[in-house]
Amino acid sequence: MSRVFISLLLAFAAAPAFGQGSVNVYNWSDYIAEDQLKSFTKDTGIRVNYTTYDSNEILDAKLRTGKSGYDVVVPTASPFFVRQLTAGLYRPLDKAKLKNWNNLDPEILVALAKYDPGNTHGIPWMWGTTGIGYNVAEIRKRLPDAPVDSLSMIFDPAVVSKFKDCGVMVLDSATDVFPAALKYLGLDPDSKKPDDLVKAADVVKAVRPFIRKFHSSEYINALAGGNICLAFGFSGDVFQARDRAAKAKDKQDIAYAIPKEGSLLWIDVAAIPKDAPNPANALRFLDFMLDPKVAAASSELTGYANGNKAAFALLPKDISSNPLIYPPADVRAKFYTITAGTPEQTRERTRLWTAVKTGR
Amino acid sequence: MRFVIALPFLWLGVFFLLPFALVLAIALGTNAPDSVPPVELGIGLKNFALLFTDDLYLAAWLTSLRVATTSTLVALLLGYPMAYAIARAAPERRPLLLMLVVLPFWTSFLIRVYAWMGLLDENGLLNQFLRWSGIATDPGTILGTEWAVHLGIVYAYLPFMVLPLYATLEKMDMSLLEAAADLGARPFAAFLTITLPLSLPGVVAGCLLVFIPAVGEFVIPDLLGGTETLMIGKVLWDEFFTNADWPLASAVAICLLALLVGPIALFQRQQARSLERH
Repeated sequence: MSRVFISLLLAFAAAPAFGQGSVNVYNWSDYIAEDQLKSFTKDTGIRVNYTTYDSNEILDAKLRTGKSGYDVVVPTASPFFVRQLTAGLYRPLDKAKLKNWNNLDPEILVALAKYDPGNTHGIPWMWGTTGIGYNVAEIRKRLPDAPVDSLSMIFDPAVVSKFKDCGVMVLDSATDVFPAALKYLGLDPDSKKPDDLVKAADVVKAVRPFIRKFHSSEYINALAGGNICLAFGFSGDVFQARDRAAKAKDKQDIAYAIPKEGSLLWIDVAAIPKDAPNPANALRFLDFMLDPKVAAASSELTGYANGNKAAFALLPKDISSNPLIYPPADVRAKFYTITAGTPEQTRERTRLWTAVKTGR
Repeated sequence: MRFVIALPFLWLGVFFLLPFALVLAIALGTNAPDSVPPVELGIGLKNFALLFTDDLYLAAWLTSLRVATTSTLVALLLGYPMAYAIARAAPERRPLLLMLVVLPFWTSFLIRVYAWMGLLDENGLLNQFLRWSGIATDPGTILGTEWAVHLGIVYAYLPFMVLPLYATLEKMDMSLLEAAADLGARPFAAFLTITLPLSLPGVVAGCLLVFIPAVGEFVIPDLLGGTETLMIGKVLWDEFFTNADWPLASAVAICLLALLVGPIALFQRQQARSLERH
């Protein structure tokens, strides 16, 4: 009883209108080719209530509150989707009803299976890498032979100290930075051993004095505006910064490099919440997202790679042959993903991260 | 009449007391990441115990208190002369001056904080000016430091300091100052012995109105501050969103409120007293 009571009172999400023929989709902003939504409605007669968010945290809080009213959501695999999955927030997929399932890229499915064993709950939508965004001119000026495609750009004090004056930002995320630091040390990036994490923390501590800020989104504007010259962040965000900088009056040349040591793969996953009001329509919508035409049009919009192998041939050349979006096999071979870990491990990791970034 | 009085109490009951009771209930519960909502209700104090045993929280409290205290003092030093000048201005000019103080509220708070980012950034307007004018070639960056946090808080809450100060200074009986002058007091002595003590209620009200929201401030330290300024608002955010630990986040919120109950009660008593006087 009390739980129901809390759910009701905490339901700060205004539930979208429910109807026989509708599906409530909650997606990242600018993340699907919206003209395709119309053709979905035309083909199926299902009305799409499409709303957007711009942070995983908001989605997470709504799902945890319960009765979110959404049928399809698109969280990032780690740490959000995997944590929500462990909490039983998602409905298993009825793959028999997803006739387009076989369009999916087996390589991405294997990577995603690390979070979702057997790929039973989510389909990969867009994916990308975690790496180094930099201002070409400023980096060259300070260190002409800078190892831009190496994690030592961020984790080697001798290198990163050169860029302190022009500004360095790093993701404020224990689940992205510790694995990268472990990779830099040549350890297992997925290690949950306290000893290993302490070693990773020491790496970050050593470079902390040269980092202006740990923040998970500010670096987009900061790179684009020339306020920082180096960032450790997500491929898609750096591309945004690059495009914005190219359009700005005071042009900055922003580039992105995938670390040669290996890169943490990020995958945004489309899934159906357990309490979805229209689960049947949700499945039809997922099948629509698996349509190569839809995935290709959306990749064209976002500039990200999608998890749809059949869509690859439909992509414009500047996306499909861009090695930063669709990296060659030898680079892909070094992609890694990490497992969720227990709530205690999460707390310890967050705690360690807070201690590291505040210099305590 | 009774209904009119009941309305605000009803409002407080539904939109403050009830949510507060829920937060308290969650704070006494246990984190249950595998249920919806992620709370196992119960009566336990272990969330509170953690707050007092882990020095992270204590450090965040202290930082918040320190930043709020210095910001309040700076706001007082800036706000007092402003309020004084407005109160002593010609009566027909006072509404205009007061409007200028309140004017920033016409723009969203968040947009104004973003504007400060544009001013203080490495290539922001301030540094562009310093470089252009030749005052400094490599001025450094204020954005991302505790200076920027102080600046943001003082800027955002200055009107809350000026308005109560103005209210007390404006009501002051000017004949007291004339009497002081007649008896040979210099203006500064008259200020110290008459104006300042009489304006103390305004000083206390203004300081509390700035201090209370500054302690729990999240947006300003997140956007303007750097990573090393660990304030309690950010810790609360981390517990709720990064760790998805609602009970602990609620415990932090309860403690924040408990910490502020003292100042708020002081404010209430002082307001009540100044009402009695008039």
